Order: sequence, then structure tokens, then C-alpha cells
Amino acid sequence: MAKARGGARPERVLALGATSAIAEATLRLLAEQGASFFLVARNAQKLGAVRDDLLTRGAGAAIAVVADLDDTAAHPAILEQAVASLDGIDLALIAHGLLGDQAEAEKNYPAAEAILRTNFLSAVSLIGWLANYFEAECCGVLAVISSVAGDRGRKSNYVYGASKGGLNVFLDGVRNRIDRAGVQVLTIKPGFVATPMTAHLAPNALFAQPAKVAHDILRAIEKRKDVAYVPPFWGVIMLVVRSIPRRIFKKLNM
Amino acid sequence: MGTTSRRPRFESWGRYPELQADVVPLHWTTDFPPSKTPATKYLPVGLGRSYGDVCLLEHGTLLLTPGMDRLLSFDAGTGVLRCEAGASLQQILDFAVPRGFFLPVTPGTKFVTVGGSIANDIHGKNHHVAGSFGRHVLRFELVRSDGSRFVCSPIENPDWFAATIGGMGLTGLITWAEIRLRPIVSRMIDYRGDKFHGIDEFFGLSQAAKTEYTVAWIDCVSTGRNFARGIFMQGEHTQIPGPLRRSKEARLVFPCDLPEFALNRLSMAAFNSLYFHKQLGKTKIGPVDYEPFFYPLDAVLHWNRMYGQHGLLQFQNVLPHATGREGMLEILKAITKSGLASFLAVIKFFGDVPSVGMMSFPAPGVMLALDFPIRKQVSFDLVDRLAKITLEHGGRMYSAKDARMTAEQYQAFYPQWQEFTRYVDPQFDSAFWQRVTGRRPLDG
Repeated sequence: MAKARGGARPERVLALGATSAIAEATLRLLAEQGASFFLVARNAQKLGAVRDDLLTRGAGAAIAVVADLDDTAAHPAILEQAVASLDGIDLALIAHGLLGDQAEAEKNYPAAEAILRTNFLSAVSLIGWLANYFEAECCGVLAVISSVAGDRGRKSNYVYGASKGGLNVFLDGVRNRIDRAGVQVLTIKPGFVATPMTAHLAPNALFAQPAKVAHDILRAIEKRKDVAYVPPFWGVIMLVVRSIPRRIFKKLNM
Repeated sequence: MGTTSRRPRFESWGRYPELQADVVPLHWTTDFPPSKTPATKYLPVGLGRSYGDVCLLEHGTLLLTPGMDRLLSFDAGTGVLRCEAGASLQQILDFAVPRGFFLPVTPGTKFVTVGGSIANDIHGKNHHVAGSFGRHVLRFELVRSDGSRFVCSPIENPDWFAATIGGMGLTGLITWAEIRLRPIVSRMIDYRGDKFHGIDEFFGLSQAAKTEYTVAWIDCVSTGRNFARGIFMQGEHTQIPGPLRRSKEARLVFPCDLPEFALNRLSMAAFNSLYFHKQLGKTKIGPVDYEPFFYPLDAVLHWNRMYGQHGLLQFQNVLPHATGREGMLEILKAITKSGLASFLAVIKFFGDVPSVGMMSFPAPGVMLALDFPIRKQVSFDLVDRLAKITLEHGGRMYSAKDARMTAEQYQAFYPQWQEFTRYVDPQFDSAFWQRVTGRRPLDG
């Protein structure tokens, strides 16, 4: 019966971290289908540009609210406002994230804590509220942008990786709880995507454009997937990365 | 704005010259200038479809704009679209065509940005009636390296409006612009193709043409009785309501660089002959989709690889009507004699709708554009010869297509260049601008 709802186009969309490049590309596709949006992000000017773009492309409505999602105390009020303004939520996309600076996080705990707060604690707070909401509604899609970095700790970015790994485990548990209520919990694991977050990295053949990743995300929602590597070839890459024996892995420079 | 920079290979469409620069992608209209301005020179770059060095800057920082591609508002009553400067004409068409609108002016590729279209004041097949792109720009925001931002229009800051249209990205960063689109009722174009032999037949067809879009393909390889043969192509947006769907993405990619010997006199003569005879009768009439009519080459991504790793030189000029016939004959003879021409030669009458830009290329007269594979000195000598003929006949060359003009030639083509320098941002520069202001030698 859950399958019966597969393929339904989300019409009322909540986007947390709406100015993230992957979120924005995904929202554009939904706007072209006429969806309505409740958008939350930190920077008012950027959020305004995203809202204008979605409205121009065909969004039914787009309400923009400026908030720092690290402030978990403010979450319930924001989410209640979203439900009230959209008259319910079909899709919640959690997209805010902080790559942080691994070297800095190794030296200073506050830098590590900031990464964990944004990527993990703030997401736990939002997902917790939304899981209860969707469970009561007995439908909906909770899509969360995690990362391939959460699949295995690597010396180059294990603090970020740990925040996403924790998120993955948390989502596994939430899915195990509310899938039976008819709610899709989708863990999205992007590889390299050409976004402001990765602008400092040397581009290589593995980089994907946000528009391509957005298509893959919508397809994963349509197919009611649990976990989606985007683009899908990252599933193969991470299978290999995960299966390297630890005694070899610890010697690698990754 | 990212503080760290990367050094990928960034090349212009002609792949010549090769110059290294730092690249900083911009995603938001507020990304520039950075809070701590480093001591570097900047140049905004869109999709890098200009051919020569107008989009290059050695040892500088290229501000890549395609990440700023939001559509900010659209009024279906007036056709006015406000968008960020990195939005491409392809993105605008994908948005506008299903809503019954089309670009007011389009070049032969849709893979250019709005910012680049303004900075080069691009023109299209409708120049004789619509003028160049700048005429359809209502307003834009200009951001200078000192952080000042101001809106430019024919009324607000009109001198900056004129300097920035055709200003080659040197007056500052354009962050958003308002352009007026035109209504259409179908994707289809009512097309007519007429074969011609010789330049006089081309002039006759151009003078008689009443249609909105005109352009001619001209054979610059064949000699003797086939000299200057071609196909005169005209079209108009059809009045018959028809499909308004979005175009499909191009799927073909030119896979690799061709070796230098692949483009030679024999293969080019064969191609030109095939192209001429593709249309069997003297005249061909019928509906065609706008994609093959406006963007035949966009169907093959990276077609510049056909010219091999050394790249190509493009030459484009305009001669006034008074000297146009004699001048173009001399130029066509020089080209056929060199044996260097390829297959992408177009010739067209420009109209007398004045350009808005201070440094705009289009002027009333006859325009010729074609490319040459780079064969070191031979190609350079030919382009230099064509520049001299252009100068003798009172014409000018197009900066967006050029890699070889000397400072003397440029300054003769554009005597207003000194006036323009007052508007150049002190922290903006380009390899082209260094060359034509005598600060950078021609290499090669």
C-alpha cells in the first residue's frame, strides 16, 4: 500500500537549508511542477534570490523564513509554522550542512563540535519532530542530504564523516520505526558535487553538477528508495571503499 | 566567495592563446567583491564561448558567473525577464519557449550567458531589424571592485550603461539584468533557402530580403566558377500556432581532438561541396525547428575539438556598404588563395539600428565571419592581411572573436577606446585589453 503512493509528486515542500546548491537544484525541478515551498536558510539575501527564482519558475507559493538551524530551540516553532503555512507537508528536505576544516577540528574541539552540531545535532532535532509529524499523517517523504563521507572514516575528513555517519545510523533507526506508517525516509549520499562547499577542491571527473544530482534525488523519491547514492555510481565506489580490509585501509592516504 | 583558488585548464572557445589564471566560481550576486580584496586583477567569464583572449587573463582571477543563474522575475504581459548574469540563453529558452516567448536577439550558440551577451553586445540573424542585444536590455546591476553597486539603464547611470554594453567585462561585474523577450506562437520557423553564385547575387538577395532573420553560408574554399557560392537563408517565427515544448538536451559530444592533417584543402573542399549540394534545388521553402535554424552546431558539444589541440582563429569584420562589395571581394580572394578556410563561413547585412554600447561591434554594412585552423605563422599572416584590408575599407573587427589584432589596428577600429578607459575598473583587465592597449605583445 505504501507502494501505491510511489511516484506521487510532492506538492507541499519544506526545505531546510534551502540555499544549499543541491537543495536549490532539487527545488527548481519541483517548482517547474508547480509545488509550493516553505524555505528556511540563514542568509536573507540568498534566500530571497532562491525564493524569487522558484516563484519565477512556476512555484505555487514560496514562503521564506530566515533562521540559523543550529538553534535547535527554535525548531518546533519553525516547523509548526511550515505545517500551518503549507497546510501540511508532503516532502521535507533537510539540506543544510557544514564541511568544516578537518585540520582545525583535529586541533580545536570547538571546531569539531560546530561540525557535529550543524550536521548531526540540528538534523536530529528536525528529523525527530518531522518523524513524529509524518508518522501521525501516515504519509510523506523525509529526505535528508547526508554524504558518502559517512560510509567510512577517512583521515582527510573524519569529523565531517562522523557527523554524517551518525546521521545515517539515526535515519536507519527512524526508517525502521516509521516506514510501516507509510513514510519514506530517504538518506541521500552525494559524492563530489560542484557546489560552493567543494569550490576549494580541484575538480575531477567524479564531480557532478547539482542539476544532475537533483534529478537523481527526485528519481529516488519516486522509486521510494531508502538510500540513494547520487550520482548512482558512488554506490559502487563506496562498496569498494567499505570493503577494503582495515589493516590495509589504515595505511591508505584517503 | 571562495578564498582558495584552483587552477584547472580554462580555455576560450578558440583554444588560443593558452593562458593560466586562477578561477573563482561565483554563486551569489553578493559573492563579489570578497571582504578582503587581494591584490589581483579580475575578469568576469561566463561560458567561455568567445573565441580569442577577451575572456582570458594571465596571472589574474577569472570570476566564473554560471553559478549565478537564477531567474528573478518574469512578467508575461510585457515579456520582461529579470535574471542573474550567469543564466545562459539555453536556460532562458527552456524557460521562455513553453511560455510563448523567445530571445530578442540570439547568436549562433545558446551556450552563452546573459552577462556575456551584454559584455560583448552580441548580434544575431535579425540584426538588420532588431539591432544588437544591448537594445533589448532594460537595466542591470554593475558591481565594482571597490564594492559599489549601481543599477544602470538608459536613464539611471546612462554613461555606465553604454560603457558596460560591449564593454568586454572590463567595467565591473554584471550581477543581474532585465531583458525584454519577444512573443512567439510556435517553435517553428518559416524557412527559405536560396542558392547563390558570387557576391553580387548575395548582395541582391540581401537587399531584397524582407524577413526578420537572414544569414548566408558562403563557400570560402572553392575557386573558379564556384567562387563565393553559397546559400542565403531566411526565416521568420511562424504565425501558425504550433509546438512550444522545451528542447531536448544535446547528446552528441565531439569525442577527441582531430589531428592537424584532418582539416586540409581537400577535406574542406569536399565539405563545402557537400554542404552546397545538400539543398538540391535552387530554392528550398518550408518549416524548420528553431534549434537547427539558430543553433546547428550546438547539437554537437565541444565541436571546437575538430580543429585539433592547436585550436582555431576566428575572423569577423564588418565593412560599410559604400566599400563593402570591393572589400569583401578582396577578402574572399585572399582567403580562397590561402586555402586555409574551413566550412563555417557566414556573411550577412547588418542593419542601421544603432548599438547602445560605446564599444559595440555592429555597424551598418556587410559582415563576414569564419574560422581557420591554427597553422602557426600562415594563419596569423592571413588574419593580419584581412585586418589590413578591413582597415583600408573603413571597417572594424569583433573583439569577442579576435586573438590577433594589433594595438594599432584596434585603436583605429575603435577610436573611442581612450574615452572607454575611464570606465574600466582599476582592478579589472583581460589579455585582450592588455594586447590592444599595447601592454602585451602578440605571441606566435
